[in-house]
Amino acid sequence: MADYPDNLLYTKDHEWVRVDGTSATVGITHFAQAELGDIVYVELPKVGEKLAQNDSFGSVESVKAVSEIFMPISGAIEKVNEALNDSPEHVNNDPYGEGWMITLKIENPSEIDALMSAAEYEDFLSENRN
Amino acid sequence: MTNIKQTPLNKAHRALGAKMVDFVGWDMPVQYSGTIPEHLAVRTAAGLFDVSHMGEIEIKGADALKLVQLISCNDASKLSDNQIHYTALMTPKGTFVDDMLVHRFNLEYFFLCVNASNVDKDFDWIVSQSKGLDVDVRNTSDKYFQIAIQGPRSLEILQPLVDIDLSTIKYYWFKEGSFSNIPVLLTRTGYTGEDGFEIYGLPDEAERVWNKILEQGEPLGIIPAGLAARNTLRLEAKMMLYGNDVDDTTTVLEADLGWIVKLAKGDFLGRDILAEQKEKGLSRKIVGFEVLDRVPVRDGYPVFIDGQEVGKVTSGSPSPFLKKNIGLAYLPIDKTAIGTEFSVQVRGRDVAARVIETPFYKRKK
Repeated sequence: MADYPDNLLYTKDHEWVRVDGTSATVGITHFAQAELGDIVYVELPKVGEKLAQNDSFGSVESVKAVSEIFMPISGAIEKVNEALNDSPEHVNNDPYGEGWMITLKIENPSEIDALMSAAEYEDFLSENRN
Repeated sequence: MTNIKQTPLNKAHRALGAKMVDFVGWDMPVQYSGTIPEHLAVRTAAGLFDVSHMGEIEIKGADALKLVQLISCNDASKLSDNQIHYTALMTPKGTFVDDMLVHRFNLEYFFLCVNASNVDKDFDWIVSQSKGLDVDVRNTSDKYFQIAIQGPRSLEILQPLVDIDLSTIKYYWFKEGSFSNIPVLLTRTGYTGEDGFEIYGLPDEAERVWNKILEQGEPLGIIPAGLAARNTLRLEAKMMLYGNDVDDTTTVLEADLGWIVKLAKGDFLGRDILAEQKEKGLSRKIVGFEVLDRVPVRDGYPVFIDGQEVGKVTSGSPSPFLKKNIGLAYLPIDKTAIGTEFSVQVRGRDVAARVIETPFYKRKK
């Protein structure tokens, strides 16, 4: 699997977004999971909670650190990935599949336009690596 | 931070693909393959750590013992030659300038291993206490690499590489020897709660020693391990981290290190205060706790009892071996009994925690 699949959109905070009609699925990128290392805990919001773009919707913890995760776009939480309670390592092993975190109801489709494509995100990563 | 310092193994770490971080001004490997696998390798096989950032201070001269006895709460007169003990470098308040290992070569030569973050402060402090004494105090931190091999298979891995029968070095003793014709100091010490050795030698030889151990130990499961695993390992073993769990505001007794306080040995810095605390009792003490929740608690999170903030978590982390969240905190003395519950605030939420027996992890002998 590609490190940064073409069918996803990306943020500067290293979340990915998969738009599916009026909903979007969100997780953290390969880069983010690799930076964090072994993930041991994922804290996610409650279904129904309404959050604005850039609000923190939870946190991801590795053995050595905790990182907040942010809403790539505004919306109400539709589903959270309960499987991460018992198997937070899905985020490391399959960040774009079993490691998904939330789905949300898209509130403002125009916010999607500002997200990065896979190519743009990879450029962003290489610019910030130095 | 200007001019970040490098150990003689910097290139080796980069070649191994380590993730490097600035640790108190040193460019150090925080992890290689991952904190959990590195931690577990040390508990079940072996891990190799570059700890060359640690400081060394050597005290020589006719009054060397006298100086060590003044600045330390443990009793170096009870050490044999080639024996080591853990102790505090004392302030006059009974608190820590640093914590350290004292190696006694002989009554006129002591070798101190101190924390990287404190070496200049420690050296200045020791020199300031040496007035009128016949001693030569040197900061020799640049003159040594230090590599730690830790874990149950350490002896087996290291033995073929050295000219000393390692089984003759008891825990917290040392010998001088030769590692593939490289002169080294071999100490049976560590900061992980496992059996193991620390090896000191000339910086130019560091890479050869490092690579040979990895090569020799590979079939036995050794992997390089970084500072993140070192921290979780020492926390499971309830070994103190200066700057987190102990510092110049915590007395040695509050840190629950009564076993290194030898009031009977005669005067030393801070002795009066420790004697008074021992007689009148402590008002607070460090405890180990487990979190009664899946969420880890971290260094600095506030601790509450009955709605009152009573302190901070001094060290907190998921425990990779015990698979629960653990930590250390100073609590009021009447709340330190095993089983006492309190709460830690995690991002605005109160999370329950309980005082438990320490060390959290103790190896089978």
